[in-house]
Amino acid sequence: MLAYLLRRLGQSALVLLAVSLIAFMVFRHIGDPTISLLGEDATLEERAALNTELGFDKPVPLQYLNYVGKVVQGDLGISYRLKRPVSEVIAERLPATLELALMASLGALVIGVVLGVYTALRSEGWLSRAVMTGSLVGVSLPTFLIGIGLIYLFAVELRWLPSFGRGSTVKVGGWETGLLTASGWSAIILPAITLGFYNMTLIMRLVRAEMLEVLRSDYIRFGRARGLREKDLYFGHALRNTLIPVITIAGLQIGALIAFSIVTETVFQWPGVGLLFISSIQGVDVPLIAAYLMFIALLYVVINLLVDFLYLAVDPRLRRR
Amino acid sequence: MSDVIPSPAPPRRGWRQSDSPVKRAFARSRTVQVASAVLLLIVLATLFAPLLAWQNPFDSGALELNDAFLPPWSEGINGAFYALGADDQGRDVASAILYGLRMSVLVGVSAVLLSLCIGIPLGLVAGYAGGWFDTLLMRVADVQLTFPVILVAMLILGIVRGVVPEGVREQVAVLVIILAIALSDWVQYARTVRGAVMVEKQKDYVLAAQLIGRSRTAILGRHILPNLLAPILVIAAISFAHAIVAESTLSYLGVGLPPTQPSLGTLIRIGQSFLFSGEWWILLFPSLVLLALALSVNLVGDWLRDALNPKLQ
Repeated sequence: MLAYLLRRLGQSALVLLAVSLIAFMVFRHIGDPTISLLGEDATLEERAALNTELGFDKPVPLQYLNYVGKVVQGDLGISYRLKRPVSEVIAERLPATLELALMASLGALVIGVVLGVYTALRSEGWLSRAVMTGSLVGVSLPTFLIGIGLIYLFAVELRWLPSFGRGSTVKVGGWETGLLTASGWSAIILPAITLGFYNMTLIMRLVRAEMLEVLRSDYIRFGRARGLREKDLYFGHALRNTLIPVITIAGLQIGALIAFSIVTETVFQWPGVGLLFISSIQGVDVPLIAAYLMFIALLYVVINLLVDFLYLAVDPRLRRR
Repeated sequence: MSDVIPSPAPPRRGWRQSDSPVKRAFARSRTVQVASAVLLLIVLATLFAPLLAWQNPFDSGALELNDAFLPPWSEGINGAFYALGADDQGRDVASAILYGLRMSVLVGVSAVLLSLCIGIPLGLVAGYAGGWFDTLLMRVADVQLTFPVILVAMLILGIVRGVVPEGVREQVAVLVIILAIALSDWVQYARTVRGAVMVEKQKDYVLAAQLIGRSRTAILGRHILPNLLAPILVIAAISFAHAIVAESTLSYLGVGLPPTQPSLGTLIRIGQSFLFSGEWWILLFPSLVLLALALSVNLVGDWLRDALNPKLQ
């Protein structure tokens, strides 16, 4: 078991190393920071001074080590566009994205499990068929079309919900939250549905398949023979056994949600890191692009590791390997 | 009763053997018939876009500003007919959609072809030769598969934008987006082909080819590759759907095709700004066409995967 964990840790470190190398190459070789930071008409001396300050006059391997050293300490450079430290800008935008991803995955989990159980228990009903067809259509559509459709229906036609921004926010410590105000809640509904839709269908299909499988198994039949009530059988015994893979998938998908929030945040002008990333690609803000890349890589690696550990904690059979 | 056993039809060579089950599956599924009809219509529309559109929507001299914001099914001041309305610059929405659809399909097809050209040779060599090349390729694939395709494409876009000088960015936008999508998608082909090659190379026909001294290139290209066409075809169909969605998403986000040579995604991006002012047709019609395209390609791809899967027959 120790060997397995060590190997997984080693793999994660390797992934991070590879991504940091790419991020460094992006950071170092694309664009000219002396032009981006000082402007077109800086003198040669000023440029040389900045080059020295950024350490660009040293050998490249040394620069890479310096870069990694700084990243580890949280220093991600200075944004070319905003002229502020990248780590500061990202920290400012992160709460919006995390709240959105959290609401989206919670919503996807709850609705997905409910619909999955329903379509499994009433697999021949017309409502189940409608739900399954709808999910098939929804999965093949681009996310932004779903978002635009929701805006058209709920913001333009019905005028129930706002179509952009995150409403009024409250600062709790260093965390700017929209979840304490009514306008914040009404603003998060549409983006959360848009972002969570794909995951919802994924979870629904998974729960449905697992439920159908479990309902055929021997212990459910014995439970029935023992005279257990249908409700206890479905929710106490069947559903519980389907939840482990569901939680794994939901957990693994959080990283993807944060990456995909780029699209949702653009549709709804949600002020999170995804919108920041898109504007930095449009403006070729290299330090921000590199930093976002590192951030997503770290997130993915940590989530994957956590899920592995979770498996070990949940399933004793794995510990014997 | 005669005791003459009818001799079975001689088996046809290669992947053609799967012809008839596929045809039968096609005849059974109403959904795939409709989807392929839509797809055929779209392909014809993209091929004949310049003939079908009465206006070249991207020649600013041909536009009539007085016709701006005309609603669908109305006549312009010069007697031109706007079946799907006109946008803010008096551009015929129907013509813009035809040209935009053309761009979306062009980018999708080229991206798939390019990632085929990258992924298949790499997968063939990795699967046949093994060794350090195989290990390296699979580690690279693992790392890349950790991240969503759209993110990888966006990163490549960001890098290329940084390398290409600002003046020519619009001119190379089509090439850049094709490259970005292809480079984020080749892993699928490489992995599948590698896996299939590792199975195929154990078989007797490969041994026979080796014994008669055929070169490695000939064994890979002439003997093994033809046996891999079915799985490759399935991935190509599904990744064509992904490429269409990826391209429209990137263009919608404003990092794909510019408004001077728009795809459906760009048109939707432009149309969204008129959503609140009541000119719904500028947004609705491109969205519907993209919906039809994405849905039909997905349905045909899924159907093909099931039809070519011998386990399901």
